Amino acid sequence: MKETVLWVVLPYVTITIFVLGHVWRYRYDKFGWTTRSSQLYESRLLRIGSPLFHFGVLFVLLGHIGGLAIPASWTEAAGISEDAYHVVAVVIGTLAGFCTLAGLAILIYRRRTTGPVFSATTVNDKMMYLVLTAVIVIGLAATVAANVVDHGYNYRETVSPWFRSVFYLNPAPDLMRDVPPLFQLHALSALLLFCIWPFTRLVHMLTAPVGYLTRPYIVYRSRDARMGALPPRRGWERP
Amino acid sequence: MRVMAQMAMVMNLDKCIGCHTCSVTCKQAWTNRTGVEYVWFNNVETRPGQGYPRRYEDQEQWRGGWTLNRRGRLSLKAGGRFRKLLTIFANPKMPGMDDYYQPWTYDYETLTSAPLQEHTPVARPKSLLTGKDMKITWSANWDDDLGGSPQHIEKDVLVRDLSDKVKAEFDKTFMFYLPRICEHCLNPSCAASCPSGAIYKRTEDGIVLVDQDRCRGWRMCVTGCPYKKMYFNHRTGKAEKCTFCFPRVEVGIPTVCSETCVGRLRYIGLVLYDADKVLEAASTPDDTGLYEAQREVFLDPSDPRVVAAAEAAGIHRDWIEAAQRSPVYALINTYKVALPLHPEYRTMPMVWYIPPLSPVVDIVRDTGHDAENAGNLFAAIETLRIPVEYLAELFTAGDTKPVEAVLRRLAAMRSYMRDINLGRDADESIPGRVGMTGELMYDMYRLLALAKYEERYVIPTAHEEQAHKLEELATECSLDYEGGPGMGGSGPFGESSGGAAPIAVENFHMLRQRQTSDSPVDPADKHTRVNLLNWDGKGTPSGLFPPEPGGPTGNPPADSGAAETEPKP
Ligand code: SF4
Ligand code: SF4
Repeated sequence: MKETVLWVVLPYVTITIFVLGHVWRYRYDKFGWTTRSSQLYESRLLRIGSPLFHFGVLFVLLGHIGGLAIPASWTEAAGISEDAYHVVAVVIGTLAGFCTLAGLAILIYRRRTTGPVFSATTVNDKMMYLVLTAVIVIGLAATVAANVVDHGYNYRETVSPWFRSVFYLNPAPDLMRDVPPLFQLHALSALLLFCIWPFTRLVHMLTAPVGYLTRPYIVYRSRDARMGALPPRRGWERP
Repeated sequence: MRVMAQMAMVMNLDKCIGCHTCSVTCKQAWTNRTGVEYVWFNNVETRPGQGYPRRYEDQEQWRGGWTLNRRGRLSLKAGGRFRKLLTIFANPKMPGMDDYYQPWTYDYETLTSAPLQEHTPVARPKSLLTGKDMKITWSANWDDDLGGSPQHIEKDVLVRDLSDKVKAEFDKTFMFYLPRICEHCLNPSCAASCPSGAIYKRTEDGIVLVDQDRCRGWRMCVTGCPYKKMYFNHRTGKAEKCTFCFPRVEVGIPTVCSETCVGRLRYIGLVLYDADKVLEAASTPDDTGLYEAQREVFLDPSDPRVVAAAEAAGIHRDWIEAAQRSPVYALINTYKVALPLHPEYRTMPMVWYIPPLSPVVDIVRDTGHDAENAGNLFAAIETLRIPVEYLAELFTAGDTKPVEAVLRRLAAMRSYMRDINLGRDADESIPGRVGMTGELMYDMYRLLALAKYEERYVIPTAHEEQAHKLEELATECSLDYEGGPGMGGSGPFGESSGGAAPIAVENFHMLRQRQTSDSPVDPADKHTRVNLLNWDGKGTPSGLFPPEPGGPTGNPPADSGAAETEPKP
């Protein structure tokens, strides 16, 4: 029962909130959809912390895609042994994780100590930082604990199949039963992060401007009548 | 030939008295809000001087605008698309608040609420960013009227490029004012720098705008604009810029800065140009060739072939007629007295300037000569390197010839008109010496000295039918707008959320809220903050508090537990 709630109900609730939340936010709050950058106030620390955090987190994301979405059988078929995979994943993952954490630490320190940045910090931001830090710290702790204290934990036999099963619409909560608590906690905190995601400044991730690489430099657009001083005519009155 | 219309401006610098009325009225209309306290869409700088933001013209430092790459192709000076995306997490070339200035207000309340005391209470300056006491050390026009020079004059970017001879004489100082707005460039590097594609040039009138719903706050445009006329609203996290007062221009009235200009030195009109030639012109190999190249992009609106092409391009008859009467086109191409500001940035700026003759006139008069005599003035223009070289750095990438030509025309007009005004016979040889006829010169004089409101501002109204293409009818529901979530400037996430409200409505509400709220800075009074996300806590957006029985809504009393309105996570 507990397994079902944690590993079936919660994930689907999260996915629903994540998707509908974004749709809703995009529909009603395009204006609020921004990075809310604070570089204008301070850029010395930001220039170290922000790239460290963002590139770190991008690598972490890639690692998670590799670890969770790609079945172990595929990498083995590609000739990568489980041990080799494990070593590479742990080394790169830990490195990226620590970069992310260091970047985050710099950013939080900056946020707290730079007057204007702190004044511009909302309750929402603080809550988001808390959850984000928790996810990263627990994730790192799980990896470190499993590899230093134990001899590594092969999440690709438990967590990964469960993760995929959620998306196959054939959830297998039992796989998660014997997963070490830190890994469970990491997964749960990540679910929480995804729940609040659409309502925080993190939304900027979904609009990462990759289209910039292909669009023409200068954008031309026609006048939008709604923006001007002339009141727009109603639909049935338009020419 | 692809004809497009561009709304453009010319400013006659001789007439600017540096009163800053334009800046103040513009600020009142557009940037009188939290988040843009430090922003002046229109600013007036004293030259020589550093400008606003400080030393913005130093493109080796700020890397704004375009440059030619090794193959001679036009590329963004701050780096292309890949570079932009790689540095997106921390823009390496963004001016900080200190390059503009720390905005402040004064603690006026102590003036009225201080207890009886021996000394007069003082209104201390408070930072608008932190709410703390601050020391004022710089502003948008700190070196106004050469205040603080020679300490500051050395920092003028253009002084670096002047010849040593001129630098040595620089203490024989001169001065003029340079009002600046966004140039609404034909080849805007701000738009090209925007990763989200939120900055666009309007096809109808060429006004460059930021789509507030698509801007994601990547800040690349701030670097991209060499004139530093793209600003970051630190409260909403979006870029903002001069709008050429498009809600006014659309209904045929001039921008606020022009309307209120005390010197009546601004001209607004349409220019037709060939969009196919813009890129080629912007890629002109020599910096000094850019002025001519840009002039050649403009099309003669009275040429029947241009008219035919313009009609084929869907430009309305009244717009073409307005382009034919355009004072801007006349000053740029007929009288050839207007010059672009820093053409070497290669953005093809569309606010042009008539360089000031007054520094020359002043020097001639100060040395006891007749400052209305064409011969004296011509000789002075030839020998006085100080204003001429400086003006050339500003308007023609250092080439003094076009500047001299313009100054000679202005000087010629001055002495030609003196004869006429004094009832003497006009000396037709004077216009001849600058390649004009007496009639042309008189027309130019009329436009520069006497032109009435309707002649200075030739602005055709926007066409409603142009705006909404027919296919949009099916997709756009008028209910999206009426009573939409943005009405009154406050959506589900507060001030910086919700749909776009009509600009006028939004500004009105914000202005009222700001002026009726009690504190200069929002975050200092956390207990009045009502929103989780990013409503900035000022004023009382309607619907947030229940209406007080029998009275208008206002701020709740301090002890009413306003904090409880903050939704719990
Ligand atoms: S001057 Fe205006 S249009 Fe030109 S690049 Fe700057 S912001 Fe863009
Ligand atoms: S209002 Fe006119 S005269 Fe006064 S500073 Fe502005 S441009 Fe110059």
